[in-house]
Amino acid sequence: MPTFEPVLLANVGKPDSHTLKVYEATGGYRTLRRVLREMAPQDVQNTIRASQLRGRGGAGFPTGLKWSFLPKDDPGPIYLCANADESEPGTFCNRVQMEHDPHQILEGIILACYATGASAAYIYLRYEYHLAYERLQRAIQECYQAGYLGRNILGTPLSLDIYIHRGAGAYICGEETGLIESIEGHRAWPRTKPPFPATKGLFRRPTVVNNVETLACVKHILERGVEWFQSIGVPPDPNDPRDPGSFGPKLFSLSGHVNRPGCVELPLGVTVRELIEEHAGGVWKGRKVKAVVPGGLSTGVLSAQELDTPLDFTGPCKAGCLGLGTGGVIVLDETYSMVDFLYNSCRFFAHESCGQCTPCREGTAWAYRILKRIKAGRGRLIDLDLLEEISNSIGIIPGSTICGLADGAAWPIKTTLAKFRDELEDYIRRTNPQGYRSTVPAEALPV
Amino acid sequence: MEAVLTPEIRQQIEACYPKYPTREAVILPALHRIQEALGWVPPKAVEELAQLLGVPPARVQDTLSFYGFFAQDQPLGRTRIWVCRSLSCGARGGEELLEYLCQRLGIRPGQTTPDGRITLEVAECIGACDYAPAILAGRTLWKNMTKEKIDQMLESLP
Repeated sequence: MPTFEPVLLANVGKPDSHTLKVYEATGGYRTLRRVLREMAPQDVQNTIRASQLRGRGGAGFPTGLKWSFLPKDDPGPIYLCANADESEPGTFCNRVQMEHDPHQILEGIILACYATGASAAYIYLRYEYHLAYERLQRAIQECYQAGYLGRNILGTPLSLDIYIHRGAGAYICGEETGLIESIEGHRAWPRTKPPFPATKGLFRRPTVVNNVETLACVKHILERGVEWFQSIGVPPDPNDPRDPGSFGPKLFSLSGHVNRPGCVELPLGVTVRELIEEHAGGVWKGRKVKAVVPGGLSTGVLSAQELDTPLDFTGPCKAGCLGLGTGGVIVLDETYSMVDFLYNSCRFFAHESCGQCTPCREGTAWAYRILKRIKAGRGRLIDLDLLEEISNSIGIIPGSTICGLADGAAWPIKTTLAKFRDELEDYIRRTNPQGYRSTVPAEALPV
Repeated sequence: MEAVLTPEIRQQIEACYPKYPTREAVILPALHRIQEALGWVPPKAVEELAQLLGVPPARVQDTLSFYGFFAQDQPLGRTRIWVCRSLSCGARGGEELLEYLCQRLGIRPGQTTPDGRITLEVAECIGACDYAPAILAGRTLWKNMTKEKIDQMLESLP
């Protein structure tokens, strides 16, 4: 493989990398100047579509296709929302980007607004990111002063304002229509689709929602070209006409039981084993891997036998996981109990379910209660069947909820049951000798 | 009765108007301003905010009650400490640190010390997994925490 040159993290680590001065000194906003001079908005859209860039926030939807859903010749306003609500457990790369290179994201946003005709952009930033907030805010001020934002940007007809909208500690705001509701000042209940945001989004106007890492990629594709982008990553599967491939660099958040947790940039398709051994300094305390969350908690777990899974948009699916997710890799060592893993996961989703859809609200809450009971040593084997039943009936995939939060809650349960059932059964047998006597669910439920 | 939203808070809220095409959209940033200034969002502030924005008080209350972030019943302590216990932090000792903090402060998560100094909270993933176990105290992120570092942190807080 040719040597890989990071672009998304290229400035991280340089002194004052968050300032306009340093960003411009490393070629920042040169692409914006050139694009505004040489390319029509439709050319920009075509370039992004040709690059087959897919969203970096979790769902992997092709960005160019998303933009193309906007109505043509709309009188405006059109809005762009930059999703910086990064709340998926195990994910922190957006934070690193915003703290160290906020201008890269702003340049991506300005280019995306030029391409889509958006006249205002809202960065939805989670409240807990205080340093990112300060630096983004400062960077936006610098842009207004330098003429990169405001009216008639760089002397062209393009006018754009960027605002930061801060969240208030709710995971659901990362879902694109939950995010839109939250900007509108409402509870962040995801909307039923259609209508999709592209036609009726923020303030009922055509809207694009993109993750901040995706927007940063937009800048680099326009700077370096489609060929460069497609020279990185994994080409489409020739046997699957619907696979658009997994091109480009991706940020991976490495955390858990590793020696060197952190954010790294690598080509899509890197294996979990490479990430752990070459980029995270191996498993801590000289231990072995027991399980790995490949792309944020929602995606489920891989077992130690599945470490050669490539992290591209299809790799984790082939190993039973929900998908590439956010690229948040959490490593769990051989001493960590999968009961604790599932307990932690179920607690998270029960806490973060927004409560709008009954199957998710009740399903996540009951899964948590069952796990609490198992952990406390009062589990029954039949509880595992019950968990399986819950996990198969909540979410978009079984078709019982509006958004995908419940699918994210279900996948850790499904994959743990599929790959670590022996350990869960063993725990129940050891802690509750009566537990392997089957009971009917109705008797099993009351704690 | 005197208004709880001071002229200064009102000014800060009104400064948000140009950012959004509707007044409803100002609710969330306004709630942040109010909580930062008063330490909580008392019922009277809800009424006054609704009046200021020209929306029904129920609209404000609906948004307020959805986000667990806002304190509605009593003011928060001077510093709000969030202990992350999601997977990456939990697997590296976050739960034990939470227990230690509970003991040190003599309160449970969600409670405030009697002297009004600290409110202790459990957090779901705060996006600092590279520094696990992590704690957010006010606006400061405390990284790679241990019991000793918690002692230091507590000493440094007002």
